[in-house]
Order: sequence, then C-alpha cells, then structure tokens
Amino acid sequence: MNYSKQFLISLYEMMQKIRKFEQAAEQLFLDGKIPGFIHLYIGEEAIAVGVMAALNDDDYITSTHRGHGHMIAKGGNINLMMAELYGKVTGYCRGKGGSMHIADFSIGVLGANGVVGGGLPIAVGAGLGIKMKGTKQVAVAFFGDGASNTGAFHESLNFASVFHLPVIFINENNQYASTAKTKETTSVENISDRAVSYNIPGVTINGNNILSVFETTKEAVKRARDQGGPTLIEAKTYRIKGHFVGDPSKYRNNSEVNKFWEKEPIKIFEKQLLDWKVLNQKEINIISLKFDQQIKEAIKFAEDSPEPYPKDALTDLFIDDSGYDY
Amino acid sequence: MKVITFSEALGETILEEMERDHTIFTYGEDIGKQGGIFGAYKSLLGKFPDRIFDTPISEEVIYGSALGAALVGMRPIVEFHFADFLFTGIQSITLQIEKIRYMTGGQGKLHLILRGPDGVSNSAAAQHSESIETIFMHVPGIKIIIPSTPYDIKGLLKTALRSNDPVICFEHKSLYAQKGEVPEEEYLIPFGKADIKRPGQDITVVTMSRMVHESLKAAQELEKEGINLEVIDLRTLVPWDKETVIKSVQKTNRLIIAHETWRRAGWGAEIASTIQEEAFDFLDAPIIRIGARNVPMPFSPVLQNYVTPDKHNVVTAAKQLMEGI
Repeated sequence: MNYSKQFLISLYEMMQKIRKFEQAAEQLFLDGKIPGFIHLYIGEEAIAVGVMAALNDDDYITSTHRGHGHMIAKGGNINLMMAELYGKVTGYCRGKGGSMHIADFSIGVLGANGVVGGGLPIAVGAGLGIKMKGTKQVAVAFFGDGASNTGAFHESLNFASVFHLPVIFINENNQYASTAKTKETTSVENISDRAVSYNIPGVTINGNNILSVFETTKEAVKRARDQGGPTLIEAKTYRIKGHFVGDPSKYRNNSEVNKFWEKEPIKIFEKQLLDWKVLNQKEINIISLKFDQQIKEAIKFAEDSPEPYPKDALTDLFIDDSGYDY
Repeated sequence: MKVITFSEALGETILEEMERDHTIFTYGEDIGKQGGIFGAYKSLLGKFPDRIFDTPISEEVIYGSALGAALVGMRPIVEFHFADFLFTGIQSITLQIEKIRYMTGGQGKLHLILRGPDGVSNSAAAQHSESIETIFMHVPGIKIIIPSTPYDIKGLLKTALRSNDPVICFEHKSLYAQKGEVPEEEYLIPFGKADIKRPGQDITVVTMSRMVHESLKAAQELEKEGINLEVIDLRTLVPWDKETVIKSVQKTNRLIIAHETWRRAGWGAEIASTIQEEAFDFLDAPIIRIGARNVPMPFSPVLQNYVTPDKHNVVTAAKQLMEGI
C-alpha cells in the first residue's frame, strides 16, 4: 500500500459524501420537493472521486446529466447544489439550471450537460484554449456509454488527437444508455477500443475500483501535461438506479440490479480500508454521521432560501444586454 | 480615407486585434493555407501561423470547442465555412453556446465569434446558398451582426472582439470583393445601431447584407420617377435598432423590409409585426416584405434568379406602395 492513510480516507469520505447527497436527493424528489428530473450517480462514485484525485484545482472538467458526483468531487459546495436542485435563487445557477446544468466555472466545472455528448466538444475547446495559453492544465470530459455513439464523441477524439490536446476522455460505461442496453447499441465490446481509430491510448478499467481509476487517470494526466496528447479511459461500472428517479425500469430485472449492489464501489473500498486497518467500523460510523449532518444542513439551506423573483428570468443571458428585446 | 475590399477590411481587423490581444486566435476549414473558401482570410496568409489554422471537417467540435476555449480565457474566432454548415454542428451553438451562460445563472464570459459566408452565389444550389440568420434570431442567446460594407465589417468586428458575449457574423459571399472607404484611424461601431445608407422621404426600406446594395440600386432607379427611398441598414439583428426604424416610418409612413432569406417567417416578419404594434398610426399602407421564395435554392441560373430577391422586387414593391398617391 503506497498511499497515505489520509489520502485513502479522503477518497472514502468523498464517495460517501456523494452517496449521501444522492440518497437525499432521491428521497426529496420522491417527496415532491424537487421539480424537474434528477439522474443519480449512485454506484458510480469511484470514477468521479478517483479521477478528481488525480487533478489539480485549476484543471477543468465537463460533466453530464448524471453530474452531481463530478461536481462534489471537484469541490462543489453542496449547499449551493441543493439550493439549485430546489430551484432557489441561492443555487449555483440562481434557479435557472437545476440538476442537469449545475456548474461552477470558478472551480473548473464547465457545466453538467443535458445533451448526451454535449460536453465533449467543450472539453476539447478547454484543451485547445490551454494549449493556446501554454499552461500545464488539463481538461477532462466525462461522458457515458451512450455518448460514445454520438458524432460529437468521434469528432472530439479526432480533433483532440490531431492537435495533441491535453484532454482526458473519461467514459463512464454504466451499461445503459437511458433504457437501452449498451451491449445492444454499441459496435464494440470495449468502448476504449475506439481509441485505436484516433491513434491515442485507450484503456478499459474497473470503474468500481477507485484506486485503479486514480492510477489510470494519473498516468493519462501526466501524459497530457507533458504534451503527450489525449487518452481515452473506459471505466466500467453499473447504473444501480434507474435512468432518472421515477424510472419504471421495465428494461431490466431486480436480480440483475441486486448483483451489482454487491459490487458497488463504496462497499468494496470500505472492506479494503477495514482489511488494511486504515479505518475501523467506529470511524466509518462517524464519517457517515458527519455527512448525514452536512446533507441535513444543505437541505435546510435550500429550504430556507428564497425563490427567485419571476423577473429574474430576464437576467443572465448576456453580459451587455443593451438594446435587447426580452 | 483608403479604399479597400470587404475581405481586406476583415483581414486587417483580425490582424490589428490579434496584435493588440494575444488571447485572440482563429480556426476553421480552409483558412490557414487557403485564406478562406471565398478569400476572406487572403490578407492573413502567412501571418500568425500558430494562431490561424485549419481544422478537420468536424463542425460540432469546431463550434463547441470555441465555447470551451472562451471559458478558459481565450477569444476564439471560428470560421464556419458556409452558413449552411452551421446546421451540421448546430447543437454546439443552439444548445450549448446560446444557453450556457443563462443556464448557469450568468457564469462566465463567452467572448467568442462565429463568422463566415452566407447567401446566394453562382449556382451553388441548395446546400451552399442559404441565409439562415433568422434561426439564430429566433433562438435566444447569441448576438448577430451582418455587415454590408468594408467600413461596417471592421467597426462591428472590432466591437465583437472587445465584447464578452457570443457573436455570430454573416458575410454575404458577393460582398468580399466589394470596395469601400475605411478610415486609417481606429473606430468601433456599437451593436443595435442602424445606419441610414440613404436618406429619403417617401418609403422606408429596412434591409441588410447584399439587399442593402440592391435596395440602393432600386433607390437610384426610383429617384428618376420621383420616388425617394430611405434605405436603413440594420447592421445587427440581435439587438436590432427599433428606434431608427420607427423614426423613419413616422416620416415616410410606408415600410418595405427586404432580405435574401426566405420570406416566410424571415426576420422581416418580426420587424413588420413590431412596427404595426408600435407605429401602427403612422402607416399609410400595408408593410411589404421581400424575401426569397419558400423553396430550397435551385441550381439553374434561371431558377436561382427567379426565387432570389433583387432590386427589381424593391422597385415593384415601392411602386405598389406609391400607387394612387
């Protein structure tokens, strides 16, 4: 074990923080407190946390519609996130974005995205901008298995390869594109095989193994910072929850889902940390309580926050809106 | 004042601004080594090879990458090759560039420019002839500039390159070789400020791009018959200069709107509707809209000319408005 105890605990804590946030969001949605749709990251936490552990604060990411985990792992404020889920004026997007559009440009999160594949060209652009500026930053594009079948994916990989951009493509293969099985809708067994077409390294890893995600990303980030160009990493995982909260999930059965509850990343890592005596059960309980409390505070912040004024709908489109007909 | 072509004015604007601001860079298809498919970047050949370069034919990532580059602090100018091809990468514009600032509650500065040629030319047919500015007027989130002269492209592009909002710039293919006066000293043209290209008393013609020149030709012909057109070049469509149009209609009491894009639901409909809402009492006759016939652009020169508006449409409309006066 070549990791400090503190580092391992920080990974575990971050995964727990995401899980608790998502469990709370799910319940709040079912209770009718959150409008719109939410897409949960439960079961995929190791990817966001493992990737982000390999990044610096000034690196950039683009996220997806299933983006709460990315945001939290990059250092997002859960009070502002929860307020945004409620559509409150104190939220990250002042109630204009909701779950699918949470962003914090100041911490390098260039937006969740409601369009499958929509973030890939943006991350490539961030990489292009970094190259033009001549800094050592990198940009990471998170995207799902479904996005790997869009034109945006193929254009983005080719573009990033041709210009040797410092972009890391993180494919979160959770085996379902909305309700369609990835196996039935994708031409390759491993999405990382597609890297060959773009002359860049491609690797498939177990996305539920956080240390594997961290190590693989670290290597790709180093390559990108050393002007070695982009990498495609396919992190295989499983979407334990439906496509969205409330999804009737007619396309799969419970036994399939239950199988993956046994392989989910927090359970695996927790067992590892107990075996390694990095944490004991009592410390795990304390961590759990700590995040229960933080989430409770986030919910209170959101619920106590004011609604936007109706007229706030007519702000934030342009920086200079002189002469604009709203 | 010097006299230079539209593409020379465009080139010197980009050059001057790149020298002033090191975050500006420009990319797209056929611009680095060829100088643009219609020569827009001809005067830039060999300049700043690291900051002016060719890309793969990948519109969705070309447009979307402009957004990413802007968000990390750069000022990209993307050439879209043909306006028609905006459709091949349109999600990056209408679903990303036009929405991200609003969706995120006003985060970020989207200083990026999409620019390139549009319009009818020499039997380019249905997929290389379109004027689609109305679509971007309809979807909120991007400013639209449509210069018709070397003077206007320079002043408007300078403003765009110093603003912090996304801008799309349509340049009619027939304009690149046209010459006009451009001052030696620096000037900027604000958005939302129309230019009265020709003052007149009888009829207001609101127009842009190639149709500005067609309207001016029509005005010359009509002058001989004692009809005086006031030709207003809006220059920017988002925002558009309502005040100048209303003021003119208050004087002339008649309005023609002339554009090359399709007549049906073209931007002329928006202008017409606004004027009848806000200046109805000043109108002595129904507003006439001139635009292309509602078909894709045909190939045969005979057919192309039939569906594309020109000065004759303006002359006919003007005579119709003056009938019985």
